Amino acid sequence: MKNKKINFQDFGALIALILLVVVIGIFSPEFRTPSNFLSLLRQSSINGLIAFGMTCVILTGGIDLSVGSVLALTTALCAGFISNGMPVGVAMILSLILGTAFGAISGFMVTKGRLQPFIATLITMTVFRGLTLIYMNGKPISNLGSSSLLKFVGKGSVLGIPFPVILFIVVFIVFMFVLEKTTFGRRVYATGSNAQAAKLAGVNINKTKLITYAISGCMAALSGLILLSRLGSAQPTLGDGYELDAIASVALGGTSMNGGRGRIWGTFVGVLIIAVLNNGLNILGVSSYYQDVVKGIVILIAVLSDRKR
Amino acid sequence: MQIEMRGIDKSFGSNAVLKNAGFLLDHGEIHALMGENGAGKSTLMKILTGVYTRDAGTVIVDGQEVCYQNPQEAEKAGIVFIHQELNVLFDLTVEENMFLGKEIKKAFGVCDKKAMRQEVEKILDKLGVKIDPAQRMSELSVGQQQMIEIAKALMVDAKVIIMDEPTAALTQSETDVLFEVVKSLKAKGVSIVYISHRMEEIFYLCDRITILRDGSYIGTKKIADTDMNDVVKMMIGREIGERYPVRDVKIGDVVLEVKGLTCPGVFKDVNFQVHAGEVLGVSGLMGAGRTEIMQAIFGNMSHVTGSLYLNGQEIKNKSPQAAMANGLGFITEDRKVEGLMLEESIMKNISLANLGKISKAGVLNKQEEKELVQKGIEEVHIKCTGPQHECNNLSGGNQQKVVFAKWIHTNPKVLILDEPTRGVDIGAKKEIYNIINDLAAQGVAIIMVSSELPEVLGMSDRIMVVREGVVRGCLAKEKANQENIMILATGGDLDEK
Ligand SMILES: Nc1ncnc2c1ncn2[C@@H]1O[C@H](COP(=O)(O)OP(=O)(O)OP(=O)(O)O)[C@@H](O)[C@H]1O
Ligand SMILES: [Mg+2]
Repeated sequence: MKNKKINFQDFGALIALILLVVVIGIFSPEFRTPSNFLSLLRQSSINGLIAFGMTCVILTGGIDLSVGSVLALTTALCAGFISNGMPVGVAMILSLILGTAFGAISGFMVTKGRLQPFIATLITMTVFRGLTLIYMNGKPISNLGSSSLLKFVGKGSVLGIPFPVILFIVVFIVFMFVLEKTTFGRRVYATGSNAQAAKLAGVNINKTKLITYAISGCMAALSGLILLSRLGSAQPTLGDGYELDAIASVALGGTSMNGGRGRIWGTFVGVLIIAVLNNGLNILGVSSYYQDVVKGIVILIAVLSDRKR
Repeated sequence: MQIEMRGIDKSFGSNAVLKNAGFLLDHGEIHALMGENGAGKSTLMKILTGVYTRDAGTVIVDGQEVCYQNPQEAEKAGIVFIHQELNVLFDLTVEENMFLGKEIKKAFGVCDKKAMRQEVEKILDKLGVKIDPAQRMSELSVGQQQMIEIAKALMVDAKVIIMDEPTAALTQSETDVLFEVVKSLKAKGVSIVYISHRMEEIFYLCDRITILRDGSYIGTKKIADTDMNDVVKMMIGREIGERYPVRDVKIGDVVLEVKGLTCPGVFKDVNFQVHAGEVLGVSGLMGAGRTEIMQAIFGNMSHVTGSLYLNGQEIKNKSPQAAMANGLGFITEDRKVEGLMLEESIMKNISLANLGKISKAGVLNKQEEKELVQKGIEEVHIKCTGPQHECNNLSGGNQQKVVFAKWIHTNPKVLILDEPTRGVDIGAKKEIYNIINDLAAQGVAIIMVSSELPEVLGMSDRIMVVREGVVRGCLAKEKANQENIMILATGGDLDEK
């Protein structure tokens, strides 16, 4: 019997990451500079925050396709508020609250509405995107003034470390704590592992699921704030397809799509793999057409190596 | 067919499960295989039928050494295994399940539905069960599913049938039917390996008995030459004394009162009370609605009317969570579907019902968790490698003990036990009975649903009999006996003398 559940499987993704870094590093001196690593981490924070929320949802046996649209809608609203003169800090907090609420709508449809998570979030994904386009009338919002707070979120740094990276790591630690050390974390795993047994042990599985969707929405909004700050404007197509990168990161990290099994640090590694691929292939000058194919193959290999236990 | 297994060893990783195990099965006999939970009975049979490969030892079938690579090979040779853990596809119909992989076909691979329907009906008839072949498996009770598994084995022209705790989910009358079938098979020269923890059954049905302890062969006895005490001693290496420990508890006030509980089409106007320190046994046939009544009390059924009173105060159990907050606990009947997270460790399973207790402000205290789990494992003697042992890899009886351990520290005022000792060995049963008695002594009101009549009779202060969703009567301990219960359960009336 394996008492300690540390085996190759747990490290599959990590090994893949190290291999990727080494191989790309050998071919490209530009890739292996510290400043590139920092910018790589900063790029990964956008997908990373979303992927952490996604992990919670997937652990309960669900999925959240709406994250990209939630991101677009919250950034649009936030930009709208700011351009209408709302204080930047207030607008940002409001945006996080709205993201949480949008996520909760998906969660509500899944739990009370008894829709399959895929369908429920497909609906919210479409509707939120539509609302974004309606709100922005199809045009970007870019008159955001010159708030230093807004600039700091995406472009600032503390002790040389970009603020998005700090955010990424802090959120990672918080999620790790919540999932491993709190009763809520246990309930998340239990809901995905055997919902019926969890219910009979006194777990409110609907509440647990609803909260994970709300978290996912909040993370999408947070990620949107970084993007808004970096781009200096909100775009109606922002975040399009982000759900796919997030789901891929979760899968790469070894979390079971059926729920109940998985680790947040696996997702962390998965996020880095996606980022290294994006960044490395760009630096190596691989055409973007090929990039997607390579990404697909790497995901396939990682997930396959994950299967043998 | 004659089978000899000799010197079988088997390890899973570093866990040596079988060490020099074996037995000899004669032509046309019913051979009991006994041993504590985790002794290796199921594993030995899985090795015989090619589910697992052995590390060492020989298997000789009719004078020839064999090594089946998979269950299909064994089945071809005439050895059929009815597994302890049901292998059913819940979304398929009864018919489809029974013919899975051996559909009767017409030309071009088209299934001959008519022929299959006839065949199914013939076999179900023989077993005396009334189940619609077109029903989905998920709609059947565990007991009915078990009967389908047995029916499946009868379809194959078997020379040896291995039954791994076939009666664990059956009630008395289904068990009786099964025994008739087993006897007629024996008369036809079929050999049966019969694994069970129910002593009465073994002594009633079997010819010889082989005992395993800790994965090793201990001995084989003719039933005529041995008795229960002897067998128990061989199984656990010591005597256990009284099987149903006496309880000296003063029965207190009414704790839970159920009034007019009704769920249309399932049960009707259920009224009863349980007192502090009392064990109320609930008996009835399979499908009588006992489990549903308990699920309703625990807030896990919809469309239920009626009222519940706890210590005289009306309570509403809208969900299991509310029921727990009101001081109820519920050990479910089906450990696989409702009781356990099979892919998780013992630790995570036990702590799930105790999360509030081992945490502060939502943050788990790992130390307290470890202590609680360790205590649970020790109290009910779960045979495992430690708290991290995955429940999937526990023997059936030990899985049941995990479910038990999960609930005993939730400090319930009322504890509902639905088949609490299903598949549990005789030594562990007594430990569970002792725990039940301890809880009763602390003033917990206990409701125990059980299909094992000796257990209900041995443990209960009163016995409530349910038939087709209606409470037929409550028998006081002095008036209760096997006969009275069966009369009520099958619809008869007790003439008042
Ligand atoms: N696949 C497996 N991996 C690891 N350990 C296993 C596996 N299957 C069984 N075991 C261990 O082997 C031991 C024997 O299990 P087995 O199921 O044969 O017991 P059993 O005699 O049938 O018990 P029960 O009466 O409870 O059904 C148990 O301790 C169990 O934990
Ligand atoms: Mg067994």
